[in-house]
Amino acid sequence: MESTIIKSRNFNASFGSNHVVKNVNIDIPRNHVVAVMGPSGCGKTTYLRCINRMHELIPGATCRGMMTINEEDIYTMHPIFVRLKIGMVFQRPNPFPNLSIYDNVIAGYKLNGIKLARAEKDRIVEHSLTRVALWNEVKDSLMKKGAFLSGGQQQRLCIARAVAMEPEVLLFDEPTSALDPISTSTVEDLFHELKANYTLIIVTHNMQQAARVSDKTAFFYMGELVEYELTKDIFTNPRDSRTQNYITGRFS
Amino acid sequence: MNMETSIPASVIPSPVVRDGAGLRKRVRRTFRQIRGEGAFRSLLLIAGGLLVVLVLGILLTLITQSLPSIRLLGLKFIWGSTWNPVRNVYGAWPFLLGTLLTSFLALLISIPFSVAIAIFLGEYYPSSWFAGALKNAVELIAAVPSVIYGFWGLAVLVPMVRQLEARFGMEQPLGVGIFSASLILSIMIIPYAASLGRSMIQMVPGHLKEAAYGLGATHWEVIRHVVIPYTRSGLFAGILLSLGRALGETMAVTMVIGNTSILPKSIFSPGNTMASVIANEFTEADKTVYLSALIELGLALFLVTVIINIAGKKIIDRVTNE
Amino acid sequence: MRTDHIKYRIGKSKGFRILVFVLAFACMIPLAAILFYIIKAGIAHINWDFLVNIPRPVGEKGGGIVNALLGSILIIALASLIAIPIGILAGVYLSENSKSRLAYWCRLSVDILQGIPSIVIGIIAYFWLVKPLGGFSALSGSAALAIMMLPIIVRSTEETLKMLPPSLKEAAFALGMPFHRVIFKVIIPVGISGILSGVMLSIARITGETAPLLFTAFGNPYLSGDVTAPVQSLPLLIFNYATSPYNDWHDLAWGASLILLVWVLFLNIFTKLISAKWKVQL
Ligand SMILES: Nc1ncnc2c1ncn2[C@@H]1O[C@H](COP(=O)(O)OP(=O)(O)O)[C@@H](O)[C@H]1O
Ligand SMILES: [Mg+2]
Repeated sequence: MESTIIKSRNFNASFGSNHVVKNVNIDIPRNHVVAVMGPSGCGKTTYLRCINRMHELIPGATCRGMMTINEEDIYTMHPIFVRLKIGMVFQRPNPFPNLSIYDNVIAGYKLNGIKLARAEKDRIVEHSLTRVALWNEVKDSLMKKGAFLSGGQQQRLCIARAVAMEPEVLLFDEPTSALDPISTSTVEDLFHELKANYTLIIVTHNMQQAARVSDKTAFFYMGELVEYELTKDIFTNPRDSRTQNYITGRFS
Repeated sequence: MNMETSIPASVIPSPVVRDGAGLRKRVRRTFRQIRGEGAFRSLLLIAGGLLVVLVLGILLTLITQSLPSIRLLGLKFIWGSTWNPVRNVYGAWPFLLGTLLTSFLALLISIPFSVAIAIFLGEYYPSSWFAGALKNAVELIAAVPSVIYGFWGLAVLVPMVRQLEARFGMEQPLGVGIFSASLILSIMIIPYAASLGRSMIQMVPGHLKEAAYGLGATHWEVIRHVVIPYTRSGLFAGILLSLGRALGETMAVTMVIGNTSILPKSIFSPGNTMASVIANEFTEADKTVYLSALIELGLALFLVTVIINIAGKKIIDRVTNE
Repeated sequence: MRTDHIKYRIGKSKGFRILVFVLAFACMIPLAAILFYIIKAGIAHINWDFLVNIPRPVGEKGGGIVNALLGSILIIALASLIAIPIGILAGVYLSENSKSRLAYWCRLSVDILQGIPSIVIGIIAYFWLVKPLGGFSALSGSAALAIMMLPIIVRSTEETLKMLPPSLKEAAFALGMPFHRVIFKVIIPVGISGILSGVMLSIARITGETAPLLFTAFGNPYLSGDVTAPVQSLPLLIFNYATSPYNDWHDLAWGASLILLVWVLFLNIFTKLISAKWKVQL
């Protein structure tokens, strides 16, 4: 029996009067990869950003409903704790341009003012970069600026940066949409590796990617969660006609 | 250590969090930071508010300090043409006239030059080495301190003007006066209109110019009928900013204008501007009304330059947002 | 007939180009004349003694401007100390709350501050500091100059921060950084060259300011490091000595002018280098 880590009930999110996420109920199982798919503009990003309370950083953005991690209400915790537990990787790779690769990996500690011993830092850097299969590529240029890496490497660096904080959940917002096909497949391979230690929620509007990487898939349409099933079921035997239309490419 | 016990239960991460790098350390640290966050937001708010308070304070100070003069003198202050602190007579008309004369004369002299620079850099040679040199030189003009302009004006320009006046057969060729002040000012204000005009000219869409070229227009005709009409309000804004600068300029003017409170009879007469009379007499003003009258001049200067500058900025904003 | 007309138009166009050329470069004549004259008149008086002595009374040869040099440095340092933190914080406020009502008034205030004639700022500092403190002081001069620095620093900070990609801030927030750390550890370090060039520009602008110091710092013929006492500054010294009737003092003022000019130019070039570097990076 798998345990639930993230749970939302009647969750709603809006930008001003624009109601973008409507009454979403979802249970995310621990150590699984969950894909969130749907046509663009359907509220995937918005929902994802509600999970680690990034949504509220946008002026005028509001949300309502229940969202918990380990049965604890995310919205009564301080957002800083939420974000320490739930890491995030964005659509475009965004390493800190002023920091070296090494410092980018431990940015969460360094910039938060958490002092670590040198050996501890080295361990975290090597461990995190190994996790994202970047260690061998950059171990000789750790002191170079992160901006010199290729797009795919930058994105893996951003994943390493999130992993270094040892969160419980990792959120990915279309993590490969700015990458070339080879980098995309490297990143996709990572998801399988990371699953052992983290829970992954991946927003994608690429159905094949959802099918390839995820255990469960949630289909969003116009702000509603239409269907949430095991990935193999949703692609072979969708229950809702809207899901069916989507996966057969009738709209996208 | 007290801090730890006072952490609300809801912000303590659940024990499920893996060791990370020292959970306890992280929690203590983070709790301190949470309190810093609110304080920092208020700090920003205070800094932003401070600027507004500063400007209101400046306005209020000027108004309250000039009240004695406003009450006592009323409109006589503006139209009175005698300024004689010894007899307690304060008519500011000579300074208003001096300010208007120097500023507009300076503007008149500088406009052809600044427009020429704007066209040269914006249209003829946007990117060659001597255009770069010219651009740097224009910025240099703005960088030279006004006291140095004043000193140079006193040492070089004033004797030249004196000779000129002598040649025209003037009775008292002084050299110092409104004309010298205008000359110095006209040099100093060139960069303001020139650099703004240049950037406005560079914003003219290429397709408009090409349309005119396509009809067989010469380069001058393109400038005359496309570029200048398109940038007219931008050039106007640049000229306004130049004017604002000229009205408020103090040191260079003070040093070459001759500093007399007598109403100027011609542009070669010595005179005073609002700014220069403040600079000269502020520390000598021994009577309340005297000091207050000088501050009223400052208030007037403040209001006029603020209006001119804001108007210029608004025009620029409108033009660049189009 | 037609070709004549076209020739006339082409000629007119050429004529105009020459006119623009002449007018544009005519502006270089007074600039070159000023620079040349200052260098010629100033260079002869600059030597080691000039830099380390205070001025001598009228009639005695020699003497220097060390009181003005150190005084200027003191006033500028103090002004920077006041203006830089407030200016950067206000700039951050504007870029973080760009749509708030206060931001509107704050921007308007910055525009107004930028346009206030410097002599008026002198009057204000006189009433806010000189009168309450009971005398002219370096501090009041610094406060006046700080008011003049503020709008430049605020503007450049705001513009710089606005140009940073929003993803940078998101990345920082997503790592659980509190707001002030996001600003101090990520946003400001990444935009530091832009902010710094604004700071340098503001210092370059106030270094040559005389008018706000006339009734604040006031000037002092002796060396003084006391922030509550009157202090000499380079531009003040130039003004006072240039308008004096003594040739010795004029010589001193020429030397001081050259030093002030070099100082200001150096600051301007430095500012340009920083901002050029910054553009390359972004
Ligand atoms: N920053 C924002 N401000 C206002 N509205 C927004 C913002 N971001 C997204 N929206 C609106 O929210 C809706 C959902 O957006 P989003 O969650 O980004 O969709 P998706 O990620 O599924 O493509 C869109 O219709 C968009 O108009
Ligand atoms: Mg999206």
